[in-house]
Amino acid sequence: MAKRRANVFTPGLKVSPETVVSKERRLPIPGEVLVKDGDRVQSKDVVARTELPGKVQMVNVANVLSLLPGEVPGAMLKPEGEQVTKGEVIAEKRSFFGLFRGIAKSPMDGTIEAVSRITGQVTVRGKPSPVEVEAYLDGDVVEVFPNEGVTVRTKATFIQGIFGLSGERHGRLRLLAKSPDQSLKADDIPDDVEGEIIVGGSYADHECFNRVAERGASGLVVGGMDYQDIKAILGYEVGVAVTGNEPLSTTLVLTEGFGHIGMAHTTFDLLSKSAGRVASINGATQIRAGVIRPEVIIPLEETEAVEAADAAEEVVGIDAGSLVRVIRVPNFGRLGRVVELPPEPAVLPTESKARVLTIEFVDDGERFTLPRANVEKIEER
Amino acid sequence: MGTKDYANIRSVLATDCGSTTTKAILIEKVGGEYRLVTRGEAPTTVEAPFEDVTKGVLNSIREIEELRGRKFLTDDGERIITPQDGEDGADIYISTSSAGGGLQMMVAGVVQAMTAESAARAALGAGSIVMDSLASNDNRLPHEKIETIRHLRPDMILLAGGVDGGTIKHVVELAELLASANPRPRLGISYKLPVIYAGNDKAREPVAEQLGEKTDLTTVDNLRPQLENENLGPARDKIHDLFMEHVMQQAPGYDKLMAWTDAPIMPTPGAVGKLIEHAAKLNDINVVGVDIGGATTDVFSVFDGVFNRTVSANLGMSYSMSNVLASAGMENIVRWVPMDLDEQELRNRIGNKMIRPTTIPAELEELKIEQALAREALRLAFEQHKDFAVSLKGVQQQRTIADAFSQEIAGETLVDMMSLDLIIGSGGVLSHAPRRAQSMRMMIDSFLPEGVTRLAVDSIFMMPHLGVLSEVNENAAVEVFDRDCLIYLGTCIAPVGRNRPGKEVLRITLEMPDGSKIDKTLMFGQIELFELPEGEKAKARIEPRRGWDMGEGPGSPIETEIHGGVVGLIVDARGRRPMHLPEDQQERVAKLTEWSQVVQEYPDLDISRKAAAG
Repeated sequence: MAKRRANVFTPGLKVSPETVVSKERRLPIPGEVLVKDGDRVQSKDVVARTELPGKVQMVNVANVLSLLPGEVPGAMLKPEGEQVTKGEVIAEKRSFFGLFRGIAKSPMDGTIEAVSRITGQVTVRGKPSPVEVEAYLDGDVVEVFPNEGVTVRTKATFIQGIFGLSGERHGRLRLLAKSPDQSLKADDIPDDVEGEIIVGGSYADHECFNRVAERGASGLVVGGMDYQDIKAILGYEVGVAVTGNEPLSTTLVLTEGFGHIGMAHTTFDLLSKSAGRVASINGATQIRAGVIRPEVIIPLEETEAVEAADAAEEVVGIDAGSLVRVIRVPNFGRLGRVVELPPEPAVLPTESKARVLTIEFVDDGERFTLPRANVEKIEER
Repeated sequence: MGTKDYANIRSVLATDCGSTTTKAILIEKVGGEYRLVTRGEAPTTVEAPFEDVTKGVLNSIREIEELRGRKFLTDDGERIITPQDGEDGADIYISTSSAGGGLQMMVAGVVQAMTAESAARAALGAGSIVMDSLASNDNRLPHEKIETIRHLRPDMILLAGGVDGGTIKHVVELAELLASANPRPRLGISYKLPVIYAGNDKAREPVAEQLGEKTDLTTVDNLRPQLENENLGPARDKIHDLFMEHVMQQAPGYDKLMAWTDAPIMPTPGAVGKLIEHAAKLNDINVVGVDIGGATTDVFSVFDGVFNRTVSANLGMSYSMSNVLASAGMENIVRWVPMDLDEQELRNRIGNKMIRPTTIPAELEELKIEQALAREALRLAFEQHKDFAVSLKGVQQQRTIADAFSQEIAGETLVDMMSLDLIIGSGGVLSHAPRRAQSMRMMIDSFLPEGVTRLAVDSIFMMPHLGVLSEVNENAAVEVFDRDCLIYLGTCIAPVGRNRPGKEVLRITLEMPDGSKIDKTLMFGQIELFELPEGEKAKARIEPRRGWDMGEGPGSPIETEIHGGVVGLIVDARGRRPMHLPEDQQERVAKLTEWSQVVQEYPDLDISRKAAAG
């Protein structure tokens, strides 16, 4: 049998100057799609809308009026489907030739949805609440899912982060770090950042984030932050990396991880070049169950877009010559080029056996051998 | 799929698609016996850019190809060759899965401590995570329950309630709640949410009236037909079916994977549970099994034939590592680390493992930290298990005068550490620890066995594979389980009691297999290791000192046979209820180092041990 080398598949983060970004914009429940295939949309345009059924309250009329459940439908003053207001009498019971009257009231404004003759419960449903889905990206509608939503596509610079907080926002990118290794401090944040997405370097702490938020910026993109600072921002510990719904006024995207970690040069260069442009940003992170990574998307003008960007992207593993980043101590965060991938497992200092690779660090040319699992590929297109 | 002769298979390829790695094993019939031949693994590829679980499966099998020197994949590398064709391929291919978050369920019952608890037991037994357990008496208002149902978006709901022929009002009320919430499944908005009704048979019709149109309703036999009995089988089986039909269909690449397998894909914990139940039944013993994964930790127990499983959804060694820290607290993690640590740095390292879950410790210090976290994850998961594995509540007990003395009450934990015979550990951190002594120490420190307890690990994490194999060919599964799966680490002897340091705890006399005798007295706070190879036995007389109990009452000696293992016999005189760890940091580090040296846990301590011995 021909010997085939098992590819190394360590998922890396995508950082691309020009790529095609498609986003499905779907409603949580069926509703109305407001745009057509081929429409040009802006990030803030509403593309689909629906109404979320209102909250439900139950009234146990049988208990309230001391009736058998089967008698409840006969005692109803308001039939199924009728609108009621809070405090309105919905059922009554008269006894002793009408001398005594027991009543049941609606707990809220809404509609009588159901009357059960088995349990004696009456279901009142409140007013529906509207749900709208925005385009999120400046781009074209390329697919419509009837009653559900659309796909918006655009050519863009695309940067995936590793961890983030809070959801979708837009803003003009503003670079506040001079180099990818610079820490950003609260005092570095100017007054006039409202609506902007601030780009830092290697690190920011919670005070810096809070300053960015106080001054009304839409987002902060930075290499690292101490894990403890995430707790300081949220007031609780993030035990499992499922984020995106934090009620913050500013979105956070960490591009590298926890601690002081220089932002990858490619990432920093792309963000620098894009300074002043409008970007879409999302901090939502989910590392289990259908991975979601935080992202910065900077749509490109049509004229700038390249033909090749539309071509299907080939997914390749790590090979000799690949540019990789070390993603665990020691040497966490450093970049290197793969020089060797021995097929046989090697014994680590822990005495574990694992497949390893040898890299040559980009900055000082020194060689270092480490588990293959501890690197991620840096895309170079 | 139906035409294969499963009784006479020559070779089996099996994979387990975990949330982090996909593990493949190859079993072949060698000289009339089924044996594990080799294994391979690769990162699970549910994540972008691959978003297709079969890529990881093929990669793991490619590693088997290399190691076995045989071809298992088609020339284009895109399919598994089944059945075996000459030297190529395997007769059958089977798989388990916990990728994509596994199976997430919500259960409901009338009384929290009775039918809702039975429903949770059925869901857990089937390998599910229970997101929430609703009950008529759970102290939440109806609208709060409805909000919860709407918010959680489970993969499916199991509705129980009422004994057969009993009152239907409460269970129909629950059905009304579900109908009002009109719950949506986690994946895919155009699907109806699968709901299994396993309650009072008299309520089937009114429940169907409520839920028949809004959900994909299936009815099975009542899981608590009488208060005294549970009948969890039909509900469990239906959960497995629906898991295949609905949940798996939604995960990336599973439609392809399902077409490849010769038996339905089982949720990983369901398959592991099958194997543990089997081990307990086969040897008529009490067993605790644990499978510590990247996201979750499963604990299984069989005490006096009663099987229980719990899953601690957010205790694990990668995705959930930060949650182990949050749940246990920094001081509980640090108490197991035999060195000084910068807390800020430690938090960052743990956070980075959470967001880059596939990385592995490359240095010894990192390994020690991971093993400290594992101790706490295991401890917390086992505590949750003890709280859940209880006798049926709500049962009228016939009492005799003898019961009045034993004070047994319904709802007490079934987990009795003194009567526990065997602990089986599984999952990366236990199965792949570089030294087996590390696994044994981790399990002793977190489970705190009492009396005489054997310990074993799943050699290479193949219990899930064997669990699903037993569905196809039980004989093959049993043979491989006995010969290749379990590695006996040895036995732990731990008397129950407390004392002051320096006081005697017990005297042990061992008659070794070669006829030699060992006589040793242990002081409080000491651990001692006696080498006793796997497969060998020693006769032991253990005399606990006053106030110390080996199961026969304080101070009473016991005589027993001790089984060996790859580590040997560990006598643990650190006390129980609770175990004693010095509070002073320096003293504690010294003790941790001493215990590690005694059992030869880490390579950096080997030299000093040799020096000390010399």
